[in-house]
Amino acid sequence: MGRNETDLGGAGREPAGRMERANRGVTSRNVYRRAVAAYSAAMLAVLHAPLVVLIAYSFNDSRINAAWSGFTWKWYVSLFGNERVLEALGNSLYIAAMSTVIAALLGVPAAVWLHRLRRRALWSGLFYLPQLMPDIFMGLALLILFSRLSIPLGKWTVIAAHVTFCVPVVVLFVLARLSGIGRELEEAAYDLGATPRQAFFRVTLPLLVPAIVSAMLLSFTMSLDDFVITFFVAGPESTTLPLYIYGLVKRGVSPEVNALSALMVAVTILLLAGAELARRRGETPSRAVQPKRKET
Amino acid sequence: MLKRGGILAFFPLAWMIVFFVVPTVLVVLLSFRKRGTLGEILPEYTLEHYRRLADPLYMGILLDSLIVAAAVTLLCLVLGYPLAYHISRQSRRRQRVWLFLVILPFMINFLIRSYAWVILLRAQGVVNTALMKLGLISQPLPLLYNDGAVLLGMVYGLLPFMVLPVYISLERLDRRKLEAAYDLGATPLRAFRHVTLPLTMPGVLTGATLVFVSSAGMFVVPEVMGGAQSALIGNVIQNQFLSARNWPFGSAMSVVLTLASLAMIALMYRAFRTAGGKEPI
Repeated sequence: MGRNETDLGGAGREPAGRMERANRGVTSRNVYRRAVAAYSAAMLAVLHAPLVVLIAYSFNDSRINAAWSGFTWKWYVSLFGNERVLEALGNSLYIAAMSTVIAALLGVPAAVWLHRLRRRALWSGLFYLPQLMPDIFMGLALLILFSRLSIPLGKWTVIAAHVTFCVPVVVLFVLARLSGIGRELEEAAYDLGATPRQAFFRVTLPLLVPAIVSAMLLSFTMSLDDFVITFFVAGPESTTLPLYIYGLVKRGVSPEVNALSALMVAVTILLLAGAELARRRGETPSRAVQPKRKET
Repeated sequence: MLKRGGILAFFPLAWMIVFFVVPTVLVVLLSFRKRGTLGEILPEYTLEHYRRLADPLYMGILLDSLIVAAAVTLLCLVLGYPLAYHISRQSRRRQRVWLFLVILPFMINFLIRSYAWVILLRAQGVVNTALMKLGLISQPLPLLYNDGAVLLGMVYGLLPFMVLPVYISLERLDRRKLEAAYDLGATPLRAFRHVTLPLTMPGVLTGATLVFVSSAGMFVVPEVMGGAQSALIGNVIQNQFLSARNWPFGSAMSVVLTLASLAMIALMYRAFRTAGGKEPI
C-alpha cells in the first residue's frame, strides 16, 4: 500500500503549505524516475536481444551468412537425426534427475538437523562454503579426488559433483522455509500426542513440500546448465548437452548450434514456468494454516 | 552433536566431507608435490610451483584476472542498480513480470548466452552485416575476440547476480526514511546518497560477492569471445589440467586464485562493516 500513491502522486499531493522547494524536489524526482524507467526498458531489450536473434537465426536457411535467406526447419530436422545430440540430451536429463533426487534426499535431513542445532554456524559453513569457491576450483578438486581414488570418469562422477553443488541449494531453501513456519505447529502435534516421527512426517514435511519442489527444480536447472564443473569430471561416455555445445561452439558458428540452443531456451522457459506454478500452489496451503492458528 | 536426530545428518555431512572438504585438502596437498620429468607426481614436497607463480608472467595474468573481475563487478553494479531500483518501484504484479523477464535470460546456459553474442558481433555477424548494408561502414568492425568483448560477455552473464540481491534490499527499504529526507529538503540525489544507498549496501555486497567469485575463475567467456591475448587465470588453470598435464602447478594456481577471491570477499565485508553497516543478508 501507499507505494504507488507516493510514487505517482506528483506535486498535487503535497500539502498546500509546503515550501516551493519541496515541489521542485518532486518534479526532479519524476525526471529521475522517468530516466530510470527508460534505462530499464532499454536494458531489458539488451538482455533479450541476443537470445531473440539466436532463436530467429535457427530458422534461417543460410549456413554462413547473417543475411536472412528464407525460413527453414532443416536444422531442427538434422538435430533430431544426430545420434550424438540425442545421447548428450539423454545423459543430461539422467544426470540432472539423479542428482536432484539425491540432493533432496541429503539436503532435507541436513536442513532439519541444522534447524534443530543451537549453534549451527560451523556446520552450516560446510554447506555454504562450496558456494563461495570458484567453480573451476570445485571442478579440478573433484577431478583430483576421483583420480586419487582411481574412479574412472563417467556418469556417476558427474552425478556426485552435481549433487555436491545442489545439496547447498536444498539446505538453503528448506532452512528458510523451516524458520518461516516456526515451531508452533510441530509443538501442537506433540501436545496432541504425536510421536516425533508422526509430527515430522504428517505436519512438518507437508509444509516443506513447496520449498523442496522449488529447490529441486532449481537444482535440476543448475545441473542441466552446469558446464565448468562437468567439464572436469565427465568421461568420454558422459558428454552432457553443455559439453557437446562447447565442442561445437569452439569450432565456430553453425545453425545446428542455434537450433539446439533454441530448444534449450524453450526447455528452460518451461522449467521456470513449472517452478513458478509450484511456488503459487505452495502459497495457498500455508495461508490456509494461518487463520486456524489464530483461532486456537 | 550426534544426539537425537543426529543420525539424520550423518549422510549429508559425510557427503560434504568426502566431496568438498577432502578434495579441497587434496588440491592444497597436490600443489606442494614435486612433478617428475614425464609429468608424474613424485612423493616429495616442494615449493617450486608457488615460486614459479611469482614469475611476472603468471603474476600478470593473475592480476589481470582480478582486475577484470573487479571491473565486471563495478560494471554490474553501475548497470544493475538502476534496473533493480526501477523494479522495486513497480506494483507487486508488475514486479513479478519484471523479475521474470530479468531472470529468464539468466537461466539460459552460459555458453549459449556467450555464443549468442558471437552471432551478433562476429565479422559476418548481425551487427556488422546491418551496418554494412546501411552503408555506415565499408569493412566489418572488430567487435569480437578482444578484451572489450570478454568484459561484455561477463557483464551480460553475471548482471542478474547483482540485480536480484539489490532488488531484495530495495524492497525491504523503509520508504518512510526517504520521505523524511525529502521533507527535510533533500534533493533526490542527496536522498539517494545518504539514505537509499547506505540502506541497500547489504544487497550490493551480496551481489558484488556473487559477481566477483563467478568472474574470477571464468574461462568460458574468454575462450568463446576473447582473443589470443585475453587468456585469464581460469584459462591457464584449465590448460594445466588438460593439455600441459601439470596438475601440481595448476593446483597451486587454483589455490592462489581461490585465496585471492576469498580475500577480496573478506575485504569487501570488512570495508562494509567499518562503514557501519549491518551484516548482509
